[in-house]
Amino acid sequence: MVSFTLNGEQRQFDGDPETPLLWVIRDAEKLTGTKYGCGIAQCGACTVHVDGMTRRSCITPISSLEGSSVTTIEGLDGREAEAVQAAWTEIDVPQCGYCQSGQIMSAVSLLQMNPKPNDADIDGAMAGNICRCATYQRIRQAIHNAADSMEG
Amino acid sequence: MKHVSRNSLAGLVITLAVGSLVLPFPLSAQDRDPATGQASQPIAPSEPEGGLKSVSDFDSIADERERSIAIFEETGKVLQHPRCVNCHPAGDSPLQNMAMAPHQPPVQRGEANFGVPGMMCNTCHGPENAQVVGQSPDIQSIPGNPEWHLAPIEMAWEGKSLAEICVQIKDEDRNGGKTLAELVEHMAEDDLVGWGWEPGEGREPVPGTQEQFGQLYEAWAATGAHCPES
Amino acid sequence: MGIHDPRTAGGLRPTRRAFLTGAGLVIGMTLAPRAFAQDHETIQADVQNEAAKAFNAFVRVAPDSTVTVLSKHIEFGQGPYTGLATLVAEELDADWSQIRVEAAPADDETYKNLAFGLQGTGGSTAIANAYEQMRTAGATARAMLVAAAADEWGVPAEEIVVSKGTISHKASGKSSDFGSLADKAAEMDAPSEPTLKNADAFVLIGTDRPKVDTPSKTDGSAIFTFDIAFDDMLIAVVKHPDHFGAKVASFDDTKAREVPGVVDVKQVPQGVAVFADTTFAALKGRAALEVQWDLTEAESRSSESIFQDYIAQIGGENELEAANSGDVAANLDQEGFTTLESTMRFPFLAHAPMEPLDAVLIRREDGSIDCYNGAQFPGQDKAAIAEVCEVDAENVRVNTQLAGGSFGRRAQFGSPYMREAAAVFKASGMNRPVKHIWTREDDIRGGFYRPIYVHKLRGSVDGDGNIVAWDQAIVGQSIMNKSEIDETSVEGASDSPYQIPNRRVMSINTGLPVPILWWRSVGHTHTAFAVETFLDQLLEEGGKDPVEGRLALLPKGSRERGVLSRVAEMAGFANGSPPEGRAWGVAVHKSFSTYVAEIAEVSIAEDGGPKVHKVWCAVDCGVAVNPNIIRAQMEGGIGYGLGAVLYDEITLGEGGRIVQSNFNDYRSLRISEMPEVEVEIIESSQPPTGVGEPGVPPIGPAVANAWRRLTGKRVESLPIVPSQTAGA
Repeated sequence: MVSFTLNGEQRQFDGDPETPLLWVIRDAEKLTGTKYGCGIAQCGACTVHVDGMTRRSCITPISSLEGSSVTTIEGLDGREAEAVQAAWTEIDVPQCGYCQSGQIMSAVSLLQMNPKPNDADIDGAMAGNICRCATYQRIRQAIHNAADSMEG
Repeated sequence: MKHVSRNSLAGLVITLAVGSLVLPFPLSAQDRDPATGQASQPIAPSEPEGGLKSVSDFDSIADERERSIAIFEETGKVLQHPRCVNCHPAGDSPLQNMAMAPHQPPVQRGEANFGVPGMMCNTCHGPENAQVVGQSPDIQSIPGNPEWHLAPIEMAWEGKSLAEICVQIKDEDRNGGKTLAELVEHMAEDDLVGWGWEPGEGREPVPGTQEQFGQLYEAWAATGAHCPES
Repeated sequence: MGIHDPRTAGGLRPTRRAFLTGAGLVIGMTLAPRAFAQDHETIQADVQNEAAKAFNAFVRVAPDSTVTVLSKHIEFGQGPYTGLATLVAEELDADWSQIRVEAAPADDETYKNLAFGLQGTGGSTAIANAYEQMRTAGATARAMLVAAAADEWGVPAEEIVVSKGTISHKASGKSSDFGSLADKAAEMDAPSEPTLKNADAFVLIGTDRPKVDTPSKTDGSAIFTFDIAFDDMLIAVVKHPDHFGAKVASFDDTKAREVPGVVDVKQVPQGVAVFADTTFAALKGRAALEVQWDLTEAESRSSESIFQDYIAQIGGENELEAANSGDVAANLDQEGFTTLESTMRFPFLAHAPMEPLDAVLIRREDGSIDCYNGAQFPGQDKAAIAEVCEVDAENVRVNTQLAGGSFGRRAQFGSPYMREAAAVFKASGMNRPVKHIWTREDDIRGGFYRPIYVHKLRGSVDGDGNIVAWDQAIVGQSIMNKSEIDETSVEGASDSPYQIPNRRVMSINTGLPVPILWWRSVGHTHTAFAVETFLDQLLEEGGKDPVEGRLALLPKGSRERGVLSRVAEMAGFANGSPPEGRAWGVAVHKSFSTYVAEIAEVSIAEDGGPKVHKVWCAVDCGVAVNPNIIRAQMEGGIGYGLGAVLYDEITLGEGGRIVQSNFNDYRSLRISEMPEVEVEIIESSQPPTGVGEPGVPPIGPAVANAWRRLTGKRVESLPIVPSQTAGA
């Protein structure tokens, strides 16, 4: 039995302790904003926050999360999250949209740690999130816009 | 393993050596040349089987300086193993697999060597190696350690000779301010150094054991900590 | 409450239709444009939509005045939901905020793609084939609303005005919204030929329009096939071989069945299926499965030996003539001419959409089957399910979901993927709902690749630097499985617009057991590269400028000239030069009736490969229905094509085993490798043409041409960065 916090609520998981957090979130908790893309931490579609930091949920065994606090796209809040999601919508970043939850989780974390990133900072933070539609130019722009909006 | 007493060391070495011989899994792509799919290096060093010589093996070298250098060169099997060099890169990104290919995804060391905001090392590397189940045959586990990070740039080993590395690790300006005694202890006890011997499924461990490695360093220090000429 | 509770957190939401089934709750969704109602209101509106009146197969109007457009095309990123809705809303004179979009059901007649003759999305045809059809649907609904108002108010229809969702009659002062007249309007006769607006009267067409699917794709609420769940649903994965054509010889499922949560293991034609209560149990069970494969009929050649075999066929008896004008032979190797030769290799490419292929199947109490999937050819999927599960096609419903990318992968005649999903469902006994998923490895190793092609080119330049002869042979599998000329093998080469007096293009169809498929821009993925890089070499050999030289060879007034001139202006090509250490490469190519020219600025990266800094892009796609989406498709097409050209290949190793397996060794372009892209759209009154694919073909040759001018190295084998340095 593993006890952890998910989007602010206490949760328990008593299945296979090797189960990656991704499948706990999707299969047991029925939250589907966090996506499967590769299963080996290459694509970032499964990105969540664990204790305030980005984490690839597909390679994180649930057994390692006793007492941890997990936030998914559904539980995202705060000014960085609002700024990022507004910026994403404003310039229509998504195409197919499947990777975007993960992109947004990484972008929010970046802005939480660095409120005024330059292009290199953005590339560094976001290089682990693959977008096969290659919406990268708009992702970069939206992060800049979000940073600007938080300044104002 | 890291807490094994010195008394049981001999037994442990034998176990590990046998384990290396009968490595049950095929070499993963992490350990394959990506171009050919073939093993890029022989899996078991020839002498001794996947292991390190012990300190007593050097007793026959009468000259203390020569003995010291020979002992250090033995530890080079570990220092220059891709498993170690991959995280002592010359640039700002780690390497990976036995071919020492650029790390995928392309990560960066960041100001404190723990990654950059938005993609710190612990985005993927947890406190322990994590087994990957049912995915790529090439990625059977993701390495983990509570302190997972890159060696600072002044400790870069990539592309350096063993002689250069030797001078470097003794240099307190380039070894994190460690005295020789602290360096020996670091080699013998540090948990992240120890990861090299337990790198997770699908990855070839560095030769020998950390205890043996530590003993070699202790002996090297005791013999004057001499470095190879070139 | 059900599995997917509509959430109430802030922000704008798609509306959702949640319907209870015998076994659980499924989500259907209607997408609403942004800047409209809050969540509870849109859900309310959606419930009211149950009372919506159908005006025709594409338009429904609800009592609350919401207008639902049924999209016959799947949405996987190229924007047809927004585009088709724009066409309807334009002619209907609806307010954009009242528009909703839903996937149309599977019906090869009513919802056929007018370019193909069956329901399907692809070939960059969504807007092009539906441009008049959807406008007509909107105009028809408008005429019916106007007729209802005229009847209700007793005024002449000609005096009634419709604007932004309000129907009004100035003289009488009467006005109404759509909803109040919907019942009556639906009873009115549809006009046989409704009048469509002239372009100068367009209000919505031609303006940047936010995409209807953006909000739900920004807050995690968008539902893809992977996200659909039923109570009591089984998850199924199939163990596939890693050789094409291999079959199951025998298997031992003892250990697989010991995995807690694994329910059953069954052989299916495609491999061995593991059924489990959870995804992880299914994956773990599959990993524990031991399968012996019969390789008797499997492809055992490596990619390298396939390339050698292809090269050996050039000039042989299997050549088919795709184009031949003038006298090529007499103008090659002539005294005083310079003849260049190049043999180019193009690898297998996987599409690798972010959402791997998946489907959810459920048998209802009446024995009918519902399938939920990213159906690019819904009618084909329906037929496959009917055949495999042995039910009548009318008892199969295909419910098209948002899909996480496709790039061609989900469009398959005969639906081989769906046949696997259906076979798995049937093997399960069909008593529980089944979600069949592919992992990334199943996807990368699943075949249906862009085929391997070899091009051999020879060309000559006369003493004045003019290109006088062009001889090209193209060797590869026929995507359409033809024995004669396959247009998809030679398109973009056989119909090259360049006016070269002596030109010949030959085609050789080859046979391989490796399953192949169209890949974003189909034949143009390789023909544009071969033509544009070889032409660039000949121009350089003849001392011609890459832009001026091309312009001189293109017919006067051609749209290729238009985009090429524009892109050259954008880059400042005529008078400027790239920064120190960088080079510019030019390419122009027409595909799917859309013309695109690109200039890439390239330097040598730290790892020794190309670093692409900037791409200028000019596109002529006729009427620009939504410039925002057109720019996005050029940006995305450039990124998708660039990733493949720089890094991607599927390789068959010794013995025919597939080498790559996941994104670690089948690399995707990453943000740090994405150039800045600047797009300009040529103003045009020509009918609109597609934009999903045409951004792809020019990027490879533009980068390769820059690379050659920078380093002196010709790119004759893709990817440019061999996988050794791409990192495995």
